[in-house]
Amino acid sequence: MNMLYLIVPISVLLLALAIGVFLWAVRSGQYEDLDGPSVRILLDDDDDSPPDENAKHRNDS
Amino acid sequence: MVSATDSSDCFHCGEPIPSGLSLEARIRGQSRPVCCRGCLAVAELIASSGLDRFYQFREGHSKRPDPVQENRWLTWDRDVLLNQVSQVQPEGRRELLIGVENIHCAACAWLIERLLKPLPGVDEVEVNAATATLRAVWDPQRTPLSNLFTRLDQAGYVPQPQSQQSDGRQRERRAALKRLGVAGLGMMQVMMYAVALYAGAFQGIDAGIERLLRYVSLVIATPVVLYSGFSFFRGAWRDIKAMRPGMDVPVALAIGAAFSASVVNTLRGTGDVYFDSATMFVFFLSVARYLEMHARHRSQSVADGIAGALPDLAERVIESPAAQSDTHSEWVTPAELNAGDRVRLAGGDAVPADGRIVHGSASVSEALLSGESAPLSRSAGDTLRAGSTLLSGQCEIEVSAVGGETLLAQIGRLLSRARSQRPPVAALADRIARWFVAGVLVIAALVAIIWLQRDPGRSFEIVLATLVVTCPCALSLATPAALAAATAGLARQGILIVSGDAMESLARVTTLVADKTGTLTDATPRLSATQVIGDVPQSRCHELAAGLERGSRHPLARAFESHAAANPDRPPATEPGAGVEGVFNNQRWRLGRPDWVGELAEKSGDANEPDSEQCQGTWLALGNQQGVQCWFLVSSNLRPQAMASLDALRGMGLSLEIASGDAPRAVRRVAHSLGIDHYQSRMSPEAKFERLRELQASGHSVAMVGDGINDAPVLGGADVAIAVGGAAALARSGADVVLLGRSLAPLAWCIRHGRKARRVIRQNLLWALLYNLVAVPLAAAGMIAPWMAAAGMSLSSLLVVANAIRLQDVQKRPQRTEA
Repeated sequence: MNMLYLIVPISVLLLALAIGVFLWAVRSGQYEDLDGPSVRILLDDDDDSPPDENAKHRNDS
Repeated sequence: MVSATDSSDCFHCGEPIPSGLSLEARIRGQSRPVCCRGCLAVAELIASSGLDRFYQFREGHSKRPDPVQENRWLTWDRDVLLNQVSQVQPEGRRELLIGVENIHCAACAWLIERLLKPLPGVDEVEVNAATATLRAVWDPQRTPLSNLFTRLDQAGYVPQPQSQQSDGRQRERRAALKRLGVAGLGMMQVMMYAVALYAGAFQGIDAGIERLLRYVSLVIATPVVLYSGFSFFRGAWRDIKAMRPGMDVPVALAIGAAFSASVVNTLRGTGDVYFDSATMFVFFLSVARYLEMHARHRSQSVADGIAGALPDLAERVIESPAAQSDTHSEWVTPAELNAGDRVRLAGGDAVPADGRIVHGSASVSEALLSGESAPLSRSAGDTLRAGSTLLSGQCEIEVSAVGGETLLAQIGRLLSRARSQRPPVAALADRIARWFVAGVLVIAALVAIIWLQRDPGRSFEIVLATLVVTCPCALSLATPAALAAATAGLARQGILIVSGDAMESLARVTTLVADKTGTLTDATPRLSATQVIGDVPQSRCHELAAGLERGSRHPLARAFESHAAANPDRPPATEPGAGVEGVFNNQRWRLGRPDWVGELAEKSGDANEPDSEQCQGTWLALGNQQGVQCWFLVSSNLRPQAMASLDALRGMGLSLEIASGDAPRAVRRVAHSLGIDHYQSRMSPEAKFERLRELQASGHSVAMVGDGINDAPVLGGADVAIAVGGAAALARSGADVVLLGRSLAPLAWCIRHGRKARRVIRQNLLWALLYNLVAVPLAAAGMIAPWMAAAGMSLSSLLVVANAIRLQDVQKRPQRTEA
């Protein structure tokens, strides 16, 4: 039970740290474009193989 | 991913392919049909750069590109403009920051990055698809800015200088996100402590630990309420000062009461605490408002456009020369011009200021200003107006009015005045909020009085519980959740809701007033018929016509742009008001007005137009020295789905009108073909405004649809202003709703969806009130514990949001019975 008097305040400190990191992330513009990076990974695949037949049909539907 | 399209639609832009045209682009080893040279050029650029993977990943069709004008971007290499969009960096580099039009998905961003990076001297290129901005670091000595812009243009994307609005939006977004993050993290932590306290209420808890948990909850809840919740308090204070309480007042009341009472109880050491309810409340509301703002910002950033009516630079003549050679001129921005300056203009230029022609002549289009689509001839002594475009010719003008004095600026002022005189739309939720606040305060007072007599020790707790339970969480979530979902749903269909109260205004519309040219009809005319009367084959006639009209800015010229063009021996000459003449293989050819074309013939023949009774449009003659060889019918067609959309609107009970600046005959024709009874022609911006006021005075709620600058004041004063695709920047800035694309079908969709949104908001508000009706008596009777209040708030919010999510799908087909 005595432990809780230590643990709970530590949790508050961790929360403050988390909030600090979050505010830094917002300020450094990391939330500006959430869609771009995910698609960019797909598109930047250097794929020299012939077009995938299945992919073409999926695109057409 | 691009959905399956009719094989007769363009692979690149999705528009129908004109019959008889067969153009194909080779993409990924397959031949794909395209609708015009513009789309062909873009597709070939993409394929030749090895970037055809773009077509696999893009979400939806690209926009049909406007014909690329040679040298359009050259003026941007001037320092004046270079400094406007870029900043100097070390080692001779510059950092460019601009907006880009026509980006509609992440694949577009990738495409632009891949197209610009290979250019010499380009170090970095970063495109943000969400905000449609481009950031680049490059060496202007190795690649001039105009090259970068031209590359963008060739791919179908138009660069635009960033507006201050997008900066403001970014700041607003970041601030809201910070508040949201703090509220979310704080709320989760406080909830964990609260669960322990709830358990303690059932199973017993050590007094010291209970006190510890309460104090820690207080410490965490404080920044959540004061920092993240500050905007609610500020909004409530503003409302109270203005004596018009809105939804912020009950919200601020509930948060403030729950928080301060919990602080008091924590310090006192007795009673219940509601930190979890207060923080949850702040968080839920912050999420709803953030989503609504996000949806609105996305719409706004697409609707922004500064490719406006004034040119980037104007050529000012320093000394008025006696001889044409040896002239000295400098390039200045329109803002730097003064009355009395001489400015030189050539075909294709936009007029930078009002002025009188000193020498030369030109054919101008005042379409954006007056709605009149026919070109006008102007010569020495005539006045040119800022914002009009020179179609052909060359002249020098003496500036008479600049900046704020021009007609263009006057129209802009009319727009601002109209907007400020608009009656504010009192949202349904705000009206309910007023009654709600009164009701809550009355009930709290009653409860306090009753319990002070029955059991004074519990009275504080019970009053607090009552206040928290009435917590208007569902009530205040009702509108933002619905608006966020509806705005996002419409945006997916190419309808941008730019202003906050547009949705409710759409639902209220009783009359629709539309402009004609460019709004009901396409901005670009099409070739609708060809009649050959000589020996020259039809395809050759098309080639000659395309060769003569290539590069011309005359509105009728665009009808020929999708045809392959023959090469003239030298650039064709334009005769303002008559047509264009060129030489092919040493033969003189003329295309244009029949009588002028007929003058070329050595023998006088009959230049009779084919029967024009049933045909709508203008007949152009193509002839050489042997006489007229071919007739072309060029007409402006109605936009796709115009008839269907107007029918749907009529079915919904709206009355329809046309208010146009164009000639009476053209307006009458369009009105008849659409079945519209009330129409007026040759209307100035002021006249349109008068008509608007007339309708509003007789009780109508008016939606105005337009595209030109001459529509701007009306758009500003209407209850709902709708700008259609391709609208001039001034028109777009006055609009509440912007329709992308050429089809008019979205007109009916957005009004129908606005009505559905209003229904959903009403349902949500009804549910919120019902919930309070049940919960308040229970709380007043002392039967609600803090955990019950928290659970009730969460569930009612969930229900409201679930109901709002229904608005993400836009219904396109009319139901059988529609009110």
